[in-house]
Formats: sequence, structure tokens, C-alpha cells
Amino acid sequence: MATEFLLNGVKTSFDGDPDTPLLWVLRDHLKLTGTKYGCGIAQCGACTVHLDGKNRRSCVTPVGTIAGRKVTTIEGATDKRAEAVKAAWVAIDVPQCGFCQSGQIMSAIGLLAAKPKPTDQDIDQGMAGNICRCATYVRIRQAIHDAAKTMETSA
Amino acid sequence: MTVFTPSRRAFLQSSGLIIGLALPVGRGLAAVATDAPFQPNAFVRVSPDNLVTIVIKHVEFGQGPATGLATLAADEMDADWAQIRIEHATNNDKLYANLFFGTMATGGSTAIANSFMQMRSAGATARAMLVEAAAKRWGVPATEVKVSKGVVSHGASKANFGELAAAAAAVTPPAKPVLKTPDQWTLIGTDLPKVDTLVKTNGQAMFTLDISRPDMVHAVILHSPVFGGTVKSVDDSAALATPGVVAVRQVPSGVVVYAKDSYAAMRGRSALKVDWDLAAAERRSSEEMFRAYVAQVQQPGLQVEKKGDPEAALKGAARTLEATYQLPYLVHAPMETMDAVMEVKDGRLDVWMGSQFQATETSIIAGVLGIPPEKAVLHQQYAGGSFGRRTTSDMAFPMEAGAVAKAWGAASPVKFFWTRENDIRGGHYRPMVVHKLRGGLDAKGNIVAWDQVIAAQSFVIGTAMEKMIVKDGVDSTMTEGASEGSYEFPNHRVGAHVMKSPVTTNWWRSVGHTHTAYVVETFIDELLALGGKDAVQGRLALMKEAREKGVLNRVAEMAKWGGPVPPGRARGVATHKAFNTYVAQIAEVSQGPDGLPKVHKVWCAVDCGVAVNPNIIRAQMEGGIGFALGHALYAELVLGKGGTVAQGNFDTYRSLRIGEMPEVEVAIIASGEAPTGVGEPGVPPLAPAVGNAWRKLTGKAVRRLPFAHGDNA
Repeated sequence: MATEFLLNGVKTSFDGDPDTPLLWVLRDHLKLTGTKYGCGIAQCGACTVHLDGKNRRSCVTPVGTIAGRKVTTIEGATDKRAEAVKAAWVAIDVPQCGFCQSGQIMSAIGLLAAKPKPTDQDIDQGMAGNICRCATYVRIRQAIHDAAKTMETSA
Repeated sequence: MTVFTPSRRAFLQSSGLIIGLALPVGRGLAAVATDAPFQPNAFVRVSPDNLVTIVIKHVEFGQGPATGLATLAADEMDADWAQIRIEHATNNDKLYANLFFGTMATGGSTAIANSFMQMRSAGATARAMLVEAAAKRWGVPATEVKVSKGVVSHGASKANFGELAAAAAAVTPPAKPVLKTPDQWTLIGTDLPKVDTLVKTNGQAMFTLDISRPDMVHAVILHSPVFGGTVKSVDDSAALATPGVVAVRQVPSGVVVYAKDSYAAMRGRSALKVDWDLAAAERRSSEEMFRAYVAQVQQPGLQVEKKGDPEAALKGAARTLEATYQLPYLVHAPMETMDAVMEVKDGRLDVWMGSQFQATETSIIAGVLGIPPEKAVLHQQYAGGSFGRRTTSDMAFPMEAGAVAKAWGAASPVKFFWTRENDIRGGHYRPMVVHKLRGGLDAKGNIVAWDQVIAAQSFVIGTAMEKMIVKDGVDSTMTEGASEGSYEFPNHRVGAHVMKSPVTTNWWRSVGHTHTAYVVETFIDELLALGGKDAVQGRLALMKEAREKGVLNRVAEMAKWGGPVPPGRARGVATHKAFNTYVAQIAEVSQGPDGLPKVHKVWCAVDCGVAVNPNIIRAQMEGGIGFALGHALYAELVLGKGGTVAQGNFDTYRSLRIGEMPEVEVAIIASGEAPTGVGEPGVPPLAPAVGNAWRKLTGKAVRRLPFAHGDNA
């Protein structure tokens, strides 16, 4: 039986193996490749998407478990908060190789949804699941603070 | 099976409109320049829509060459940065060789250094031809024509590059284009936004793993559980029964599962039953290997460098210090694992890859497939990190990828990718290394003897690169930073032992300097302390080069060295020259709740000659510091009992996380010297700076990395 879910606002259906991790449904079947594979065991966060608005590692989320739910990927992250985060990322040139950055950005958006004015400690905790091998962490932290300020002043 | 509205990118891909890789600098996506009448050389194209495409001969895996190389050409053209697009060069050694190596290659922190004159000349040539075309059109002397921000003008006459493109194409190129003097630069030396930031922020940047071709099959490989093992027999019945799996094939390096998607391929692989022949395999554990290395460094080894008589000086010394250092195998673990997409059709090979040695690797894949190299086309992609991993001196990955495509044998394209477990257990590591150090001081505390013996594997000996790098049996990648180092000692010897193992090793971000900097900079710190000398002043007194003194003085000023340090913390300093770039760092460290160093702040001074893009230089120092710190504190690749790798993924091969990243302050020394690289040189000084702070804080000299290794507890 096909699994139906709402992907970036569009009704989507997948009729393959329901055990297939959402990551590979997105990448191989729906060609939404902004969401990345980095480890497959929820250790690196490159595959982070939002499930009903909350951070979720798509590499360990069987697609069969998300029937009827809302999935947002980097391609569909376009609300005001997401735009503030992306703009902050661009303004200080956060990415280096860039491969982990979709996941970093999705985690940051999720963090700001839960904590609109995060402290450094909140960032340490909220972003602990996202590895950047290029170690762009100094700028990730700065961009999250900058995005929080943007949201505050535009509220 | 799936209903989905195709994204713009998916549409572009399926309709074949993306040619190469053309990316916007500014805020919006723009059309790809496919009709460029003015192509003055292999690097610059101007199209009628006034876009300037700069062809980038180096792989962009995060260190910024795409932006840097485009800046060099754009500045000499007097182009507007907003009109610049970039495209990755395809495989062509004649046009796009790294001028230091004679072949297409990115490595050794050479991208800017080897391209500095070439890309400027390419831009200056284009500018001269545009100016000549304008002068002819307006009937004025070329010397009176001005160019600024992409606008060519003479009095009231104005034209943009696009308008002049067709006419410029008919102009004879200047024999020797006149380059700007540094005071005329408008883009070089500024913090231009990076050309790849936008697409790496909105999910649109394409990496090899993102490539999809019609009817493409997905392939993953199972390697031997120990290094040097080969396939004896395969039971693939359960793998073939896995839904989605279409084939299982054997290749020289393992067993490959081909499937309709990545998940099915991985499931099929886990159902394989393989019997391995381990007769020639490495069955020793890391501990057993370390014992053999430690025994070896008791012998003097091949002589790399000798000055004076260190043995006599040690005998006559007032005080001596002896230490043995053990450093583990390290994995590069770039976020994007190794991968390639290959398509063979009508005798032609198309390869999609983030290739580091573009022409060589494409030729090797073609060679395995029996296709002549001139019939092989590389579609170069962004690469998700490398740190040295994406190419190896033995060309193992392109050989394996070619074998995977050949074994498939069908007309449909193959996407071959490594899983993280392949990556962590796949070898080509930073070699494990043992150093034995002996130092001697005279009665005044001056260092009078330095004797250093290094044992490590060579990843160069026995490969095509041996002739380039090995001299008198010594592989300089094993000893760089220890021999021809920063300091002048009256009696000095460096020796080396080349160790053998089936475990494959490779260059790893800053190569030999990864271990020589740690050993030299912690040992000298101890010797200076033993002799009652200050760590900064003591180093300055021994240094050979003014530029090395310059970065050390600068970092000492930045951190107010010798001033007060917050309670419970200590500071350590280290300096190192790598790839002709000079970096000094000071780390402020306390003891964290886990008993390991907590690094609060790192001050960093760098001298890399002309600073083409200071923002990228700062980013590379920040990144190099974080990369180095994660490995110094946590990372080791351990061969357990019987030679099996103990780690397999990021749960066991520990990476630095955001809460462990220190604050970083970077100063760039103003310089008119020819530019040198920044991708690697930020790495070497970090671990010794932390080690030196840790010794001050705790009294413990850490001689075995990582800090988290049990022996250091």
C-alpha cells in the first residue's frame, strides 16, 4: 500500500518498500537532493528535515511511519524564519564544501522555532547532532544569532 | 510509482540544459552562458548577455579556489563581480594543468599559488581585446579607453562587455598582456562573497551523489574486513532475493551489489555472504604495529638531514630530554563519501565526479573500461569535502569505480558510492607514526642537540609519484616539517624508517606536517621550559626566517602573551610553516568536565603572501583549527585484534561538534609576496598549541594522540 504524505506542501505518494528511509525516498525517488546522506545512522545530521515542523533525521525514518504527516525539506523551507536563516548564512559565507549545510540550516530553523533567542548553550545543544567536517561552526553560531536578531526586529 | 511536481532543477536536468556547471555570484539564478562569441583563452568567455564565465581548473571542495581564481581574472578584466559566473573545467591536461605538477590536480595548497599569474593573464588578455575592439569602434586610441566595473568607456562613449564580445573575438590577442600593479587591484584583497555560497545554502548545489541519469542503477561495494584480504567465494542468493537488487558482481577490490535505488543496494549488500582469503592480509592490531614502530625508532634510520654531531653534543649536554610519540591512523571522512556516476554509450564514457586529479582519474576509469581517454568526458562536480581523500597516489578509487562500471556491463548508467562504513574502514589513512626525540641543553639552557627519528608508511614509494617526491630513499612527505624545519640547532639530525603494511595510507590535510608539527612544537616547548626560556622569545631566537618570526610576534601581540590568563586556564603557543605559508597560533585551554582539554579561544596569525580574499583565508584558518582540534582530541582509527577496524561510522570515529569549537581570532599579515595556499596550513600548529597549554595546566606532556586515548588518562 502506498504511503501518502505532504511534502513541501504537495501531496506525495510512495508505493515502494515502507521500510525505505525517508532520505532515500526524497533523494532517489523524488529527486529532491538537497537533503544529504552522511552516515545513515543519525550521527551527522546531514539528512535533517522537518516532520510536522520539528527536526527529524530522515536517514532513520522509515517512510511508512510518516503517513499523513507534513515533511519540509531544504527546497521547501521558505517561510520567514527559514529565509532569515538562509540570509544570515549567505551574509557571512558560512558554507565551505557545503555538503552538510542543508542539514545545518534545517536544524537551525528548527532550533529557532523552539528557541527564538537562543543562547550559545542552546546552540551547542540544538546543533550538537550536526557534524561539519570543514568545521564551519564559528560561522554557524554567528549566523544563528544573526537570524534570531532579524526575526526579532522584523516581528 | 511516485507522483511529484518536478523541481526547477529536475526539469533542467531532464531537458539537458545544464552544461557543465554555471553558477551565480549574486542573489538570483541566471541563465547559463552557452553562446559566448568571445573566448580569448581557455579560462574566460564573454557572452552577448554580458555574462563573464570563468573556467575553474581546480576542484571546489570548500577551500575557495572557485572564488579565488575567478577573482584573479575578474580583477584584471575590470569586470563587475555581479557579472561573473563560474564553470568547472573538464578533463584536459593541456589546458588546465596545475602549473606546479604538469597535470590537472588540486592539492598541496597550490590552487591560488600556481594560478596567480595564469588567471590574471587570462583576464588581462580579455580586457586588452575588449579595449581594442572599443577603440576601433569609436575611432580612438586604445590607450585612452577606460574600463571600470564591466563598463568600457571613452568620454561619452560606453559599452558593456557583452556588446563588445563579437568584435573583441576578431582582435589579435596581445603577445604579452600588461598586468595591473597591486595598487590598481579593485577585487584582489577584498572580501568578495563566495561564488558558491548561495547554492550551498538553498540546497541547489549539485554534488556527484545528487546526479541522476535515466535508467541509472545504484551500486555499493563490500570490502574485505581486513586490509589485504581478497574474495575467496561469494554466496549472493540472499542478496539477489532482496527486492530491488538487480545484480551482484565481483571486482578486484570486493563484491558489488547493483540495485534500483540506494537503499535496496545497501540492504542487498548486508545479505551477502562472502568468504575472504586473508593469507596476505594485515592481521596485526594497532598496538602490535606501534610496538614494532617503537622498536624500529631505536635505530637511526635513513639519514634525512644532518648538521654537526648530535651524538657528541648529547653526550656533552648539561641536561637531556628524551620522548617517544605515537600518533594513530586518521580518516579524512569528508561529508560526501567517495562516489562517481559513469555512463558508457557508443564507445564514449561520461563521468560525473568531484575529481581531484581530473584528467588522470577520468583516464583511469576509461582505461579499465577499454575506452580511449579522448573518448572520456568528465562532468566535474562540487565535492563534499576531501581533506586529501578524493585522490590517492595509487588511484585506487577510479580503478575500483571503473571496475564497478565494467562489471555492470550494461548500457544503463551506474552511480557508485561508498557508504560511511566503506569510508571509515576503507584505508588511505593518515599514516600512523612514531617519533623518537632526543634533545640536549647546555648549562645556559640553550638547545645544543636535536635528534629525531621517524617511522611511518610511505604512500608514495611504489607509485607513479615516487620519482617526483622520493630522493635518496627518503619520502619527503614523511619528514616535511621536521627536516628543513623552522629552527636552527648547532647539532641536528633527522632520520626516517619506511614501514610496510597492507593498510593503505594517503596525504591528509597538511600531510607530513600533521605529525611533525605536533612533535617538533611540543618537544621544543618542553626543551625551552627546561632551559628556563619563554616559549615565544625562545622560539624567536632560534628561527631562521623573518616571516616565521612575523607571525609568531603577531600572534603574541594579539593574545597579549605573558599577560594575565583567566584562572583555571593556560595558554600554549605553536608555529609552523607548511606549503610556504606561515601560521602561528595560541590556544587558551582549561580542563573540561570529561577530563579532556576544553579549548576556549585560538588566536591565529597567518602570512600567505598577497591575501587574495581575506574572508576565505579567515574561513580556512577557522576550519583548519576545528578540523585539527577534533582529531587531536578524539579521533583515532584503530586496528583491533586480527587487524579488523574498530570504528565504522561517526558514532565511533568521533568528529568535532559545535560545542567543542573554540572562538577563533585571525590576523592576516599584510604582504606583497606571491600568494601561497591556506587550505592546509591552518591545521599543523593547533594540536601542539593545545598540547603546550595542557602541559602548563596539568604538568602532563601528551605523547600519544588523540588526547582521549586511554594512556593519557
